This record gives sequence, C-alpha cells and structure tokens, in this order.
Amino acid sequence: MIANFLSSEIKMQHYLVLSTLIFLLGVTGIFLNRKNVITILMSIELMLLGVNFNFIAFSFFMDSISGQIFSLFILTVVAAEAAIGLAILVVFFRNKGSIDVKDINLLKG
Amino acid sequence: MENIVVSTALFYLFSGILLLASVGVISTKNPVYAVLFLILAFINSAIIFLFLNAEFLAMLVVVVYVGAVAVLFLFVVMMLNVSQEERKNRFQKYTPLTLLLGVVVFLEIAYISISDDAYLTELSKTKNLSFKNNTVELGNIIYTDYALLFQLSGIILLVAMIGAIVLTLRSRVDTKKQNIKKQVDVKKSDVIEVVDVKSGEGA
Repeated sequence: MIANFLSSEIKMQHYLVLSTLIFLLGVTGIFLNRKNVITILMSIELMLLGVNFNFIAFSFFMDSISGQIFSLFILTVVAAEAAIGLAILVVFFRNKGSIDVKDINLLKG
Repeated sequence: MENIVVSTALFYLFSGILLLASVGVISTKNPVYAVLFLILAFINSAIIFLFLNAEFLAMLVVVVYVGAVAVLFLFVVMMLNVSQEERKNRFQKYTPLTLLLGVVVFLEIAYISISDDAYLTELSKTKNLSFKNNTVELGNIIYTDYALLFQLSGIILLVAMIGAIVLTLRSRVDTKKQNIKKQVDVKKSDVIEVVDVKSGEGA
C-alpha cells in the first residue's frame, strides 16, 4: 500500500497527508513549547496553513473554486489574528517584562 | 509519463522542505531562527499551491504571510529582545504525551488517507487540468456570490487594525504638544501685567 502510494503520481491523498502533517506539527509545537508565546503564535500560523492546504487541495480535485475563496478568508483572519496577538504580546511584555508562558498565570486560582 | 515523474519528484522536494521548515519552527530555540523557518515554510507552501492551480493564492501567501505576518513577527521578536531558552527546559513532563498524541493522530489520518479509498481515488482521476485564469475566476465569484463575506473580512481587518492601535498606543505624559485652542484663547490680561512704577521706587 505504502509503496503504491510513493510511486504513483500526485493524488488527493498526498495533499491530505501533507496538510495533516503540517497541522499536527503546529499542534505539537503548541504543546512542546512551554517557554515562548511567540512560538505558540507561529504554531497557530502553521495549523492554519495546514487547513489552507486542505481547502485548496479539495478545491482543485473537486473542480470548484469556492475552496480557494475560503482559503482567502482564512488568510484575512490570519493577518488579523497575528496583528492582535502580537499587540497583546507587546502590551504584556511592557507590563511584565517577559513573555514566558509560565509567567502568564494571573487567572490561575 | 516523463512529466508526471518530474512533477512528482518536485512535489516531494518542496513538501520535504516544507515539513523540515515546520519542524524547525517548533524545535529551534532562537525565536529569530523560528521566524526565518516560518518564512521558508510559507514560500514552499506557495510553490505547492502552484501545483494546485491556485496561482493567485500562491502570490497572496507570499505577499500576506511573508511580506506582512512574518515581518511583523520578526519585528516583535527583535523588539522584545527575548532571552534564549535554556537547554534543560527542553523536555518537560508533557513532552512524551505530546509526541504520542501527534504520532497517533497522524497515523490514524494517514491510514485513512493512503488507503485506497474509492471516493478519494475517484476525485484524483476527475481533476480538471484545463488552463483557466485563476484570478479572473476568483474575482468573478468573490464580488457576487461571496460579496457579504468579502465585506465582513474587510470589517475584520478594520477591527484588528483599530484593536492593535488601541492596545499598543500609550499616552505619554512627558511629550510637549501644542494646544491650539489654548494659544488662540489667550487674552492680553493673561500674559502681560501693566505695572505703574513710581519714580525712584523701581528695583
């Protein structure tokens, strides 16, 4: 099965595996990183990139351009999210003097 | 046939670089290197979007992700002057659980994906290879069928812009500013005092 997968031309499944891998690398990055909030934001970017891959792959193989439209909107949301997230980060750094994840515990009981 | 082999090889090359760059993003200790790996990942994903006939989105990824988002990250990383992590903090108690979670979920989805699923294989056969102008097609439906969503995304960007400015703007007390109204409203009695000094008594 795997040999068949590797030797054939690029199919839908290739893109699905690729997008899954990128998404899971993003998830793993969030869990693995306990130090730096910026890296967590970058992991979120990776996850959204994986989702974009899914949309565009299905758009191509189902011959419908709507998937690319949604990918466009995801791109918009990503830009907004990055701007807001980094602004919050800058304000947090100004107040606390660090952006360590372990310092963000004000809501902890 | 030759063409298919070459394009498959290129697909594996670019997706390999993309995956390695993604691993670099989450594993490197220096945040500046992480941002640079992120840029590499974005550029390679733009190339893979070209494989899927999404030319406009490929260019958009380069412009928006690399040109705006990644540069914003780089700017913040350098502005905050984040100290580098120590090596002893790399592996903590949740790390094995994380890796287990990632591997298990990946194996599940990969099994479904590379098994000879009839629907997915059928989709792969019916793909449309005819050349179309991607940007024109997108424009034809984004301003008609999706006009409301298009305007909503504009509002999202506006709110994000206002929010970012409101969050980071701080009013400083030590700046010297001109108060035009105060200047215009000044009367003669506010600024000069006419004193009648008698002869011989002035200091």
